[in-house]
Amino acid sequence: MKVGMVVFPGTNCDRDTKWAFEKVGAQVEFVWHTDKLKKFDLVVLPGGFSYGDYLRSGAIARFSPVMEEVKKYAQKGGKVLGICNGFQILLESHLLPGAMTRNESLHFISKFHHLKVVNNENQFLSQCEKGEILNIPIAHAEGNYRVDNDTLKEMYDNGQILLKYCDENGEELNPNGSVDAIAGICNKEKNVFGLMPHPERAMDSILGGEDGIKMLKGFFQ
Amino acid sequence: MGYMELDKSRLEEILAKHKLTKADYEHIVQILGREPNLVELGIFSAMWSEHCSYKSSKIYLKGFPTEAPWVVQGPGENAGVIDIGDGMVAVFKMESHNHPSFIEPYQGAATGVGGILRDVFTMGARPVLNLNAIRFADIRGESPKAKLHRHLLSGVVAGIAGYGNCVGVPTIGGETAFEECYKGNILVNAFSLGICRKDEVFYARAEGVGNPVIYVGSKTGRDGLGGAVMSSDSFKEEDEDQRPTVQVGDPFTEKLLMEACLELFKTDYIVGIQDMGAAGLTSSSFEMAGKSGSGLKLYLDKVPMREEGMNPYELMLSESQERMLICAKKGYEDKVIEIFKKYELDAEVIGEVTDSGRVELFWYGEKVADIPVAPITEEAPELCRPVMEPSYLKEIKEVEIPKADPQETFEKLIREPEVVDKSWIYTQYDSMVQTNTADSGRVDGSVIRVKENGKFIGVSTDCNARFCYIDPKKGAVASVLEAGRNVAVKGIEPKAITDCLNFGNPERPEIMWQFKEACEGIKEACQEMTTPVVSGNVSLYNENEGEGVYPTPEIGMVGVGDKWRSSYLKKEGNLVYLLGETKPEFGGSLYLKVIGGKVAGVHPEIDYEKERKLWKILQSDLIESAKDVGVGGIAIALYKWGSVSNKGLSLQVEGLSQPIDIFSESLHRALVEVDPKNREEFEKLLEESGIKWQLVGRVGGDRLEVNGVGIDLQEGRKIYFETFPQLMSSEIL
Repeated sequence: MKVGMVVFPGTNCDRDTKWAFEKVGAQVEFVWHTDKLKKFDLVVLPGGFSYGDYLRSGAIARFSPVMEEVKKYAQKGGKVLGICNGFQILLESHLLPGAMTRNESLHFISKFHHLKVVNNENQFLSQCEKGEILNIPIAHAEGNYRVDNDTLKEMYDNGQILLKYCDENGEELNPNGSVDAIAGICNKEKNVFGLMPHPERAMDSILGGEDGIKMLKGFFQ
Repeated sequence: MGYMELDKSRLEEILAKHKLTKADYEHIVQILGREPNLVELGIFSAMWSEHCSYKSSKIYLKGFPTEAPWVVQGPGENAGVIDIGDGMVAVFKMESHNHPSFIEPYQGAATGVGGILRDVFTMGARPVLNLNAIRFADIRGESPKAKLHRHLLSGVVAGIAGYGNCVGVPTIGGETAFEECYKGNILVNAFSLGICRKDEVFYARAEGVGNPVIYVGSKTGRDGLGGAVMSSDSFKEEDEDQRPTVQVGDPFTEKLLMEACLELFKTDYIVGIQDMGAAGLTSSSFEMAGKSGSGLKLYLDKVPMREEGMNPYELMLSESQERMLICAKKGYEDKVIEIFKKYELDAEVIGEVTDSGRVELFWYGEKVADIPVAPITEEAPELCRPVMEPSYLKEIKEVEIPKADPQETFEKLIREPEVVDKSWIYTQYDSMVQTNTADSGRVDGSVIRVKENGKFIGVSTDCNARFCYIDPKKGAVASVLEAGRNVAVKGIEPKAITDCLNFGNPERPEIMWQFKEACEGIKEACQEMTTPVVSGNVSLYNENEGEGVYPTPEIGMVGVGDKWRSSYLKKEGNLVYLLGETKPEFGGSLYLKVIGGKVAGVHPEIDYEKERKLWKILQSDLIESAKDVGVGGIAIALYKWGSVSNKGLSLQVEGLSQPIDIFSESLHRALVEVDPKNREEFEKLLEESGIKWQLVGRVGGDRLEVNGVGIDLQEGRKIYFETFPQLMSSEIL
């Protein structure tokens, strides 16, 4: 599988995410934000602080030349995964519905957090069981997901709500104030995925967990 | 040389502003063979400031042990370098940003992180971990002081997070301490460690006549103007108006600058590179020329400027952040500039290397300064300031240790801000970016793995300032030993240190004596433990209204190993051993501070042989987990260990002289967990080593206790994890 890893000025999880995808057998190529997008099986927008998160997370990156190409690629059905800042950029680019605000605590939060798989009828979470509880690190200051009620209902109906924050027993535990404790979503067509947690940081036992592997492996089909 | 002529009628005032003496001025005149102009005076002032010249401290730093087979580069470069095997090296240093952080906590701490990161990546290494040692006054209560210090702590933590998280370097540990002596002068010490190939280390050099000197990074503004001079000053009441001397950080630019530099280092376009840190363009240009014995011509009008109307004086002394000076190979200018343009950074050729041995500065064609390089560094004032043993030391030696009820004591100590979990702080730091963090320092040291060679690097920052107050020499020794032990408990062998020496006003003989003693302690301990000093930083004038901070020689220990172990208790039923000897030693202890209200007494005994044996045993694979016994003694060690592991511990320690010895802070001790199946083998190892040991219990149960003193496990955990967030939710300012 060929993965294109988009790098904006200020992206800082590009090398990590490349390492993680290579660990599960993908070929990964970096795409600088002014480069053309080649033919890939998956385009990943990794985490970090594109443009320093100045103005608002992802708000400037959305105007990067490469984003026009990512949009076209997604509209043609190409698969896109946005992690953390990548998710924020997908929201700002309107490739995914909703928006992010500051965490309720107003602090950056970095820790392992449990997630519940709400829907696995999509490629990204196809290797996970519905209701399965995963343990994946989060690291963000703006992860408080917001969306209007009508859209939210539509998203539930379409199976677009993918992951929710929870405790180790699956009970709701909301670290940042997200509506319905939502941690990850996809678009209606189920080819654009976004999540705040970092699966690339849960790839071996040294790091404290391996639950990220099955997430990334979902794309290998 | 008509530009910026000195107004001789105001000479005294001008010298005072530049913190130069009349003797310094005469020395400058002698070096130049004429009177300096204002630009030149500014340059001398910066280069001879305490911050850049180490004029008060140099004579004591000279005898530091700096060599071992694994040391690649000792002090003198931007950071120290040690070999970590398979052609890889670790590059590390620690630096203070105390004064700026007290004035403006967010930017002060943030730029502290930025500065130490540049020290590391200037050497060619990608920074892979940060630590921070921060110290405040007591943050409890509703006094204006407590509120101020909660505000300072919040700001410092946010600043460290804001900068480090954005650049993408994990902050994986550090230390937080509280003493009233920091009420007018907090301490913020930032540590960074990077990794690179041994044959790809870069040094600060500018040589090869005609080679271009290139300025890269942020534009120069008026921020931080004269910061190096400022930081060599004690705080006074009116210093609120020093705000403009605090630099403002831009971590986004730093990230771009770092990536551009790391990309540049993969080429062979450059001769050398130097960060523009304290004293900005002045120190970077003189250091680069000085190290190569060459000269430089710089055309200051070519420097990218943030605002109009700046003059050569300001350009040479500005401490704008995120800037570097590069000496490129002639003919490669365009290629170098191309890399920086990719990252949308300024890059301008601003000068060239000469063989004149002088730094010559030009401003639109006019020469505005001409200073010989060698004398400004070699003839920098080196002071032998008077030293005198402080009188307080005699007064505090004799102290009666109150005999409090152990259970009541335990319940007090487990609530101390110094003791309880600081995840309120740590969770604001991205500790996992770069996917190498094995252990982010919930207790004792921290560990990362190195993907390039499969090794593990253990790190810890420590200083027991109470010990240093009652005995600066032994306290410094204890700090080195504690930092090493905190790495050793992770199953990793301590290898070398960096230090950050935070002291009061060196013009006071008592402070200079403390400094001298602490240096002696570091020398002795590093020699004895074979952990040389490879880099470091001195921060003086940490005082407020005549009151010095406790001597605080912060130690950053780095260890390397093929394996590591976490500090979490592994299994119920495993055996727990206490290694080392517990004596009734309460000098400088938490017990005496909290129960007796004093920082006093006699320092615990030091025995290097015992510490060496302990470090060796801690490397054993028979150990499942280990915990340093330090502040608060056995009782606090087991409280922390059980709380973070969520496992009970009911220990019985024999041979204590009195019940309160469970809080004694005797050195050279650790608690270790061993699987019963390894009992025989482990006890044989202990016997052979000759250290004192006893089996004190097993993992399990629902209590955290020693000799019947303790607390229910879950109640203890609640106090351990919830005390600090509650404190910080109180009102600030």
